[in-house]
Amino acid sequence: MSESQVLSLAIEEICTQHHGQVSPLLPILHDVQSRCGYIADEAVQIIAARLNLTRAEVGGVVSFYTDFKTQPAAGRVIKICRAEACQANGGRQVWEAAWAAAEGTVEIEAVYCLGNCACGPSAQIDGQTLGRLDQQQIVSLVNALAKGDDL
Amino acid sequence: MKLFVSTDSSSLSIGAQAVIDSLSDAARRRNIPVDLVRTGSRGLFWLEPMIEYEHQGQRLAFGPVTPVEVPNILDALVTGNRQHPLNLGPVEELFKTQGQQRVNFRRCGEIAPTSWSDYLATGGSRGLLRALQIGPAAVIETVTRSGLRGRGGAGFPTGVKWRTTWHAAGATKYIVGNADEGDSGTFADRMLMEGDPLSLIEGMVIAGFAVGAEQGYIYLRSEYPHAQQTLQAAIDVAYTNALLGNNILASGQHFDLQIRIGAGAYICGEETALLESLEGKRGTVRYKPPLPAVHGVFGKPTVVNNVITLATVPAILAEGAEAYAAIGHDTSRGTLTVQLCGNIRHPGLYELPFGCTLGHVVESLGGGSASGRPIRAVQVGGPLGAYFPTTLFDTPLDYEAFAERSGMIGHGGIVVFDDTVDMAEQARLAMGFCALESCGKCTPCRIGAVRGVEVIERILTGCSSERERNLLLLRDLCQTMLDGSLCALGGLTPYPVLSALNHFPEDFARVAERPAS
Ligand SMILES: Cc1cc2nc3c(=O)[nH]c(=O)nc-3n(C[C@H](O)[C@H](O)[C@H](O)COP(=O)(O)O)c2cc1C
Ligand code: SF4
Ligand code: FES
Repeated sequence: MSESQVLSLAIEEICTQHHGQVSPLLPILHDVQSRCGYIADEAVQIIAARLNLTRAEVGGVVSFYTDFKTQPAAGRVIKICRAEACQANGGRQVWEAAWAAAEGTVEIEAVYCLGNCACGPSAQIDGQTLGRLDQQQIVSLVNALAKGDDL
Repeated sequence: MKLFVSTDSSSLSIGAQAVIDSLSDAARRRNIPVDLVRTGSRGLFWLEPMIEYEHQGQRLAFGPVTPVEVPNILDALVTGNRQHPLNLGPVEELFKTQGQQRVNFRRCGEIAPTSWSDYLATGGSRGLLRALQIGPAAVIETVTRSGLRGRGGAGFPTGVKWRTTWHAAGATKYIVGNADEGDSGTFADRMLMEGDPLSLIEGMVIAGFAVGAEQGYIYLRSEYPHAQQTLQAAIDVAYTNALLGNNILASGQHFDLQIRIGAGAYICGEETALLESLEGKRGTVRYKPPLPAVHGVFGKPTVVNNVITLATVPAILAEGAEAYAAIGHDTSRGTLTVQLCGNIRHPGLYELPFGCTLGHVVESLGGGSASGRPIRAVQVGGPLGAYFPTTLFDTPLDYEAFAERSGMIGHGGIVVFDDTVDMAEQARLAMGFCALESCGKCTPCRIGAVRGVEVIERILTGCSSERERNLLLLRDLCQTMLDGSLCALGGLTPYPVLSALNHFPEDFARVAERPAS
């Protein structure tokens, strides 16, 4: 099977899993995003056909929400909080140190609050929140991710 | 030996798992059988990770614990000689000294979050039983009399909202728990869902019974995967024990509940955008009227309430409207879950009666800045809340008192900044956030926020002769956004911007060598 056939099958399978669910589009897109790392044009086509929506409707939803990506990430993803409480505690320096260390090997994503504000500066990797980060810690995290290490 | 450690995601973010590992290890080496209970957090984050134990019916704590200290603490517990520098004494005493009055958070940190027996033993389901006994009309009347106002930001009376949906025509109605918690500086919803999720579920079942809804959704932000796990486990427990399902607590009532996950859009915390998102669409704001209470999700009457609002309801039903209304200040009744964070020594969650002053919270409870430098500004009420200088520290925590000073309490977040803060930078951040998160439906917000960022940048980098003109332009733009925006994202972004301008004008007058970023 070609790569694109494998992808199509996976998307079809996800749609089938959500069959009968009330307003299934967002749950389907979440599953596709986590399975494939992004939502390709082919995926949009299949989902639109299965849900009896237009491609524009599905594409419009994909583009509205920051969680849904239309391109694969450059590497492992680290989300760094740029909101006020973390900024008040040195979040800007953590952000800058992360960028300097990453140099394109790791995808750094800005998020606005992880609900970890009492323990900031905060970041999140694969759903796990990390707190009280300083420049040194974020650099070693970025380096570990770039090497493909587990946390 | 029974010990308690919080596995709230914030506790985990600062090393709770390492403490648990060290504890298991030390216990094994010493051959001490330890029964470890994983709880939610007490919200005393500067003292976390904590280890708690029971003694003479009280819960006492050690903290902040490092893995290295764990064996010593275990020894102290075994020998009964608890003189240890990290021994904090009874947790209740700490709360009492701080003036906390825990209604919402009375179980958080105390019990295993998804244990049905713990829940029952601490008064769980009493509120619902009472509701089933007195009937929908009396439930709504009780909630109204308690004075409960929505904790999501707008402070709308909950009983009034419920009555509207109760009266709305139609057999199908919905309850939506707003767990989008997008405001920076807030984490109370998350803590509650991780520490006492059954109280939220019970509150939603009561709401459903009151207005005649049999289906509920919790709209949870995707940044909270840990809360999602706990919440899902709690929903399963609720079904097993007939808190949800076809025959709730043997009453014949029916209520089903599902979690829906957001996708990283701040605007989806706004109730009508949330409903669009629930329907699987882009999260754009709807015109009001019609109100969601009458025409909500899938066009049906829908109650949308914040997590904390809903979780307060069981306590109000169980203890009575008067008990709740007896706490508080003027028209702000009950308790406010203050979330204190930023540059502060004692960051955490404090559940306080409305009415104590901002200065009391920041200085007495918070202990001043973490950096040791003077405090310069605090932002109250999330990213759309005003910045207050220390001269306004006498403002009582009260919806109207804040409104009178062009501020808002919002969801109860207080973010503290020391004197290194650049308030012009904060104003730019606020406009930039609005530009980033705007749903695009109305012009003052969609275009205004982008122009706002540009004008602030011109003020900071331009020559001083143009500065006055640009400052006027910024104020004018803020007025347009205040007056002309469809929802509070565009309509409140001027609050942080104007408060920065009004209280800290000197930060906009400095000669610029800031880079435009
Ligand atoms: C931009 C914007 C974001 C909001 N975000 C939230 C949120 O994250 N959580 C919340 O409960 N309410 C939020 N609200 C308020 C909701 O629109 C709504 O008033 C609230 O959920 C009603 O519940 P309550 O009466 O219990 O407060 C937001 C409002 C606006 C305008
Ligand atoms: S103010 Fe902004 S977020 Fe609100 S409706 Fe208008 S464009 Fe959308
Ligand atoms: S502000 Fe950074 S986690 Fe909330």
